[in-house]
Amino acid sequence: MALPETLPEAEETLLALADRMRGAVAFDAKFVGIYSGGAWIAERLAQVIEGDHAVGYIDVSFYRDDFSRKGLKPEVKRTELPFAVEGATIVLIDDVLYTGRSVRAAINELFDFGRPARVELAVLVDRGGRELPVEATYAGIRLVVARDLSIVLSRNGEGKLVLGTEASGA
Amino acid sequence: MRNPQLNAAGDLTHLLTLEGLPAEIILRVLDTAVPFASIAEREVKKVPLLRGRSVFNLFFENSTRTRTTFEIAAKRLSADVINLNIGVSSTSKGETLLDTVDNLVAMNADMFVVRHSQSGAPHLIAAHLNRMGRTHVHVVNAGDGRHAHPTQGLLDLFTIRHYKKEFRELTVAIVGDVLHSRVARSLIHGLTTLGTPEVRVIGPKTLIPSAVQSLGVRVHHDMREGLAGCDVVVMLRLQSERMRGALLPSTGEYFKHYGLTGEKLALAKPDAIVMHPGPMNRGVEIESAVADGERSVILPQVTFGIAVRMAVMSILAGA
Repeated sequence: MALPETLPEAEETLLALADRMRGAVAFDAKFVGIYSGGAWIAERLAQVIEGDHAVGYIDVSFYRDDFSRKGLKPEVKRTELPFAVEGATIVLIDDVLYTGRSVRAAINELFDFGRPARVELAVLVDRGGRELPVEATYAGIRLVVARDLSIVLSRNGEGKLVLGTEASGA
Repeated sequence: MRNPQLNAAGDLTHLLTLEGLPAEIILRVLDTAVPFASIAEREVKKVPLLRGRSVFNLFFENSTRTRTTFEIAAKRLSADVINLNIGVSSTSKGETLLDTVDNLVAMNADMFVVRHSQSGAPHLIAAHLNRMGRTHVHVVNAGDGRHAHPTQGLLDLFTIRHYKKEFRELTVAIVGDVLHSRVARSLIHGLTTLGTPEVRVIGPKTLIPSAVQSLGVRVHHDMREGLAGCDVVVMLRLQSERMRGALLPSTGEYFKHYGLTGEKLALAKPDAIVMHPGPMNRGVEIESAVADGERSVILPQVTFGIAVRMAVMSILAGA
């Protein structure tokens, strides 16, 4: 499979994602970003999508399925969900949806805070390659990417989001 | 020779002492404990990180708080915890320490939390496991003789960092029975590794080890002089049970000179915090009004201790 000639502009893709969510997402849906890329996107979406969208953050490190192989990453962030998860509509937000394993971990973590009424998934990039039955409710763009490449979202000095690629470790 | 606490990749695989442990490893434990501290606020106070692993608490010496906090930490990580009360078990039938360990490894132990009255016992177990190629089995020292109590040292560092943020401008006083205190030794190593400019030990000559200056601390025998301008005051328990012979005239006399009172605490900085590893002897090393006062962080220390032990166990299990 070939890499697309050029990666899409992250900022444009973010607007496309916001357009797909607008009108479809519940007015009081909580936006929960998965660290680190998903956290940036969640904050941006909460600014541009009308409604009462409290923002929370999840670091899935304590719920990952590869702990036995990889151990704990050096900098684990604190999961912060400053609202009641019980009965809430939650939109999990991530930068790239690939195997679906991070989303599985995030859903498990979410349920340790309570029983949400509904959980949706919004991602900037859906690159296929799923290893679990997980699908995005909203995706900014769908891409086909070679297995040996990782798509990485970063934030430049001006706070703009930028998509790039890296040779993947696995 | 390689530091026996680190594996070939340089990752922490056993926690035996803070002496000689690089600052980045200490800071990693402190950083990792921050997200673990918030787990206590959740509806489900558990994460699945050590699911399916077995942690054996091997306590050859009595302890309630340390054993309990290790047990809670392991359970919050979803590990299975087995408490062995060794005093009434195999060793009293003549089994050696390493035979006990080998038997528990045969029962698929993944981690040993070891407290022993003999300095070096956890080290002996770790070296044995390394020699036998059991690199997936980890040892945590939960206090050995007068030598070290690294998780207490780490939780003390975590507490200081929580309230004071930065070590590089602090003056820390450790007061009392330094001679018998593995807590003091571990804390001193941690503080100096993290660049604390001034660490003082305060106590009577009979309770201060003669070579303590070699650890980079200043010795004060006058408590008022020693407390002046301190940011952190760490009180130690007077360990009467370890004392042989007359090191002190009386506990009343001791309190007069080295007990922490509100009046003496006033000599430290106005925002100084008061710590104590517990268990406390009220009226011996600390006045009740200070122990329960607004500058006391003695109970937060206990709470932080769980998060720090969770961090240590997860880092070791992931090595």
